[in-house]
Amino acid sequence: MSAHVDNHTHEDDHGHHHKETFVTKYIFSQDHKMIAKQYLITGIIMGIIGILMSLLMRMQIAWPEKPNAIFEALLGKWAPGGVMDADIYLALVTIHGTIMVFFVLTAGLSGTFSNLLIPLQIGARDMASGFLNMVSYWLFFLSSVIMVISFFVETGPAAAGWTVYPPLSALPLAQGGSGAGMTLWLVSMAIFIASSLLGSLNYIVTVLNLRTKGMSMTRLPLTIWAFFITAVIGVVSFPVLLSAALLLIMDRSFGTSFFLSDIFIQGEVLHYQGGSPVLFEHLFWFLGHPEVYIVLLPALGITSEVIATNARKPIFGYRAMVASIIAIAFLSTIVWGHHMFISGMNPFLGSVFTFTTLLIAIPSAVKAFNYITTLWKGNLQLNPAMLFSIGLVSTFITGGLTGIILGDSALDINVHDTYFVVAHFHLVMGISALYGLFAGVYHWFPKMFGRMLNKNLGYIHFWVTAVCAYGVFFPMHFIGMAGLPRRYYTNSNFPLFDDTQNVQILITIFALVAGLVQLVFLYNFIHSMFYGKKTVKNPWRSNTLEWTAPIEHFHGNWEGEIPHVHRWAYDYSKPGHDEDFVPQNIPLKKGEEELQH
Amino acid sequence: MTGLLTILILLGITIAIWQMVKIFDLAQANRDTSQVANDKDNSVNAYLMLAFLGFIYFITIISFVLWGDLPLVSNSASEHGPEIDRLMVISMVVIFIVQTITQFLLHYFAFKYKGEKGRKALFYADNDKLEFIWTIIPVIVLAGLIMYGLFTWNDIMNVNEDDDPLVVELYAQQFNWKARYAGADNVLGMANVRLINLDNANILGLDESDPNAQDDIITTELHLPVGRPVLFKMRSQDVLHSAYMPHFRAQMNCVPGMITQFAFTPTVTTAEMRLNPDIYQKVRNINKIRNENSKKLQAKGEEPLDRYEFDYLLLCNKICGKSHYNMQMKIIVETEEEYNEWISEQKQFKNSLVQN
Repeated sequence: MSAHVDNHTHEDDHGHHHKETFVTKYIFSQDHKMIAKQYLITGIIMGIIGILMSLLMRMQIAWPEKPNAIFEALLGKWAPGGVMDADIYLALVTIHGTIMVFFVLTAGLSGTFSNLLIPLQIGARDMASGFLNMVSYWLFFLSSVIMVISFFVETGPAAAGWTVYPPLSALPLAQGGSGAGMTLWLVSMAIFIASSLLGSLNYIVTVLNLRTKGMSMTRLPLTIWAFFITAVIGVVSFPVLLSAALLLIMDRSFGTSFFLSDIFIQGEVLHYQGGSPVLFEHLFWFLGHPEVYIVLLPALGITSEVIATNARKPIFGYRAMVASIIAIAFLSTIVWGHHMFISGMNPFLGSVFTFTTLLIAIPSAVKAFNYITTLWKGNLQLNPAMLFSIGLVSTFITGGLTGIILGDSALDINVHDTYFVVAHFHLVMGISALYGLFAGVYHWFPKMFGRMLNKNLGYIHFWVTAVCAYGVFFPMHFIGMAGLPRRYYTNSNFPLFDDTQNVQILITIFALVAGLVQLVFLYNFIHSMFYGKKTVKNPWRSNTLEWTAPIEHFHGNWEGEIPHVHRWAYDYSKPGHDEDFVPQNIPLKKGEEELQH
Repeated sequence: MTGLLTILILLGITIAIWQMVKIFDLAQANRDTSQVANDKDNSVNAYLMLAFLGFIYFITIISFVLWGDLPLVSNSASEHGPEIDRLMVISMVVIFIVQTITQFLLHYFAFKYKGEKGRKALFYADNDKLEFIWTIIPVIVLAGLIMYGLFTWNDIMNVNEDDDPLVVELYAQQFNWKARYAGADNVLGMANVRLINLDNANILGLDESDPNAQDDIITTELHLPVGRPVLFKMRSQDVLHSAYMPHFRAQMNCVPGMITQFAFTPTVTTAEMRLNPDIYQKVRNINKIRNENSKKLQAKGEEPLDRYEFDYLLLCNKICGKSHYNMQMKIIVETEEEYNEWISEQKQFKNSLVQN
């Protein structure tokens, strides 16, 4: 057993109730459980906005010529007479990507569950710094507000794609959205990064220092391992994006030439000289690729926990799971160039990045096989959370496999920036991470709100979503392989692609149904928050520590002493016990051996 | 009208879901209200898992049957094209096998081991041998793919100057393409956007004093002689663009401030490609779709669509602003003689300047 930090004498001061006002309890709360809820609800609101944008785009692509009253109603002056403007289409592409990647699947997913689970699962009274945690949420909130406000500026929101490559993003002359809209985008992202860094530092310090007695690193639930490593990747890579954003701000507003050189636009030569857009691409993707894993790892962590609990079986290959998380984290920082095979980068670098990229398939394959083996000979409780976790493994495999094509520089030449890429990353990180988020919400809703979500609505939500997700993204691979570029406002200028249009319509119909069925979830969420069935303390009969805490929330998590930990988190169906689960705080029986892992 | 209809349909579906919700709620009021899955839930969802596996296979087959002929994994028109296509097919076969097996195991296990009250799962936490096996198998498969991929990549990206390639500049600007041929000397004249002079029509910023620039030829259509290697030098004057020539399996970004390059040898002329049975079939199919659309347009009193004829295309494939979706240039691959005839009719740079 490795050493642990004994924090009880200090922590016990916080154990009793403080007198809390409405403001300190619900708004400027420093309690990690309340902050988690704040993250979740903000994330859901941003998710609604992001998904709505994607539906508008899908309708535009499917029926490009037809005026649409919905466009006029929602986009106002950007859709005169119901015909969507080409610039606003690109703005939707841009803000949809930004919101979904950063605001929903980074902050909404990691922010919610890292905050909720790290203290509760490691046995701590709160985060290492409750104050920084509060600041982190409010910075996130501020950045969300700024991002949404950018839709209301005169020249339109940022529209250069979520990757905001200069010069397009740097020059208001090149695109309306690169004016005030882009400034707001950059400011919003800078604040977001500050928020994310405060959060990540807090998670790292908390996991390293505040584990309860007996909670060695090798007894940590895989959720915590995933959140911990995610935070480390965040701390390593987010500052690089911040630097890129700052340099871009300098180029835009202070006349520097970090990313710009030799530009002639609208009849004039600009003064920029000596910079390179490729430098920006490097800086962007040094975050951008690890970001994929910042989004995905927490979802995989949640899945590990949900699958083990509901399979009533130990997660298969705990050590391999931890090792693969670490391997993925390490490799994720040295593969960014696979987004740049045809950027004009030296082809030799392309070879190196192909090599490292395909390596990342190995730990990913290990994880997928281990999930499947965990199901084998289990006693599967097919709760909605479990369905979403199984769904995650399915889309993770389907989406991950096409990575073999995109990661291969020679093959990337012809499918780069086509719908093939859109299909690939939506399945492997978008849908998978979203499923992780849903699995987490269904599983820990009782912990958050003391009530249960309605399972039947959960089943409807999952099955319709699962069918639609494949319905949207599976055919999309084929129109991508047919050479159809992404981010085209309409394809009607290319008769070559006329035979892909019926596929586009089919995809849009699936997308609309998928969007609608999220309303079922929304209804379930809001309704159950107030009227759901009251939960028992440990509804899923789970082993981890959060279920030993009282249902009623108060700052400090446990009345009296924090439970001590005597075993790992996965003693499900262990021979020699009557029940099919043995919580971590139950001491080993006489003669019982802890599994060596 | 369509907008109103869409709104009505959406409203209808919303109400349907809402009603469904209420029915479920009522059904639950007088039954087991536990929100944890019971044996019945497990059984129903287990069968749905099996059905879902069927759905995944179904959509895979349907996609290949209906849209399998859309992809550009055959009929490439460049020398390195078949190489990429072969690698693509091999990768797809590997993916297909792995996908079929793993999805089967995942969903079948989810069906087979559905929870039953009183049953206990197998306590099975680790097996080093198994894990070694499924680490080593991907390692071997991937090693093969990486090797093959890297050889192909090096082959494609390695420009052999000894082949005496035809040098052509692809010049990108919002939102069109220009091609600049190097002329008789096959050396492109020096150029920089700072030298652009719209008054005398020096639109690509060529150095007017450079002797190499005098015989350069600027065109808005890209003609290529079949069988001769072409070395493309890419330039952009404003933002990032990407020169995507899908039929030739070629793509490279155009970056302001630097010159990027890509080389390939076209192997099939436009005329030959139009007679290719697959392409012929594809064009016929597209024209059928266009005819139907034309009928709808004419019913509304609008112009019908043009008939489609196959042409190679250069597309912009990097988001570049408002009209990104319509930034294209026609590529014509022809015989050496046809090409020579065409190029001799084009104006040389020194003659294209407007003298004031």
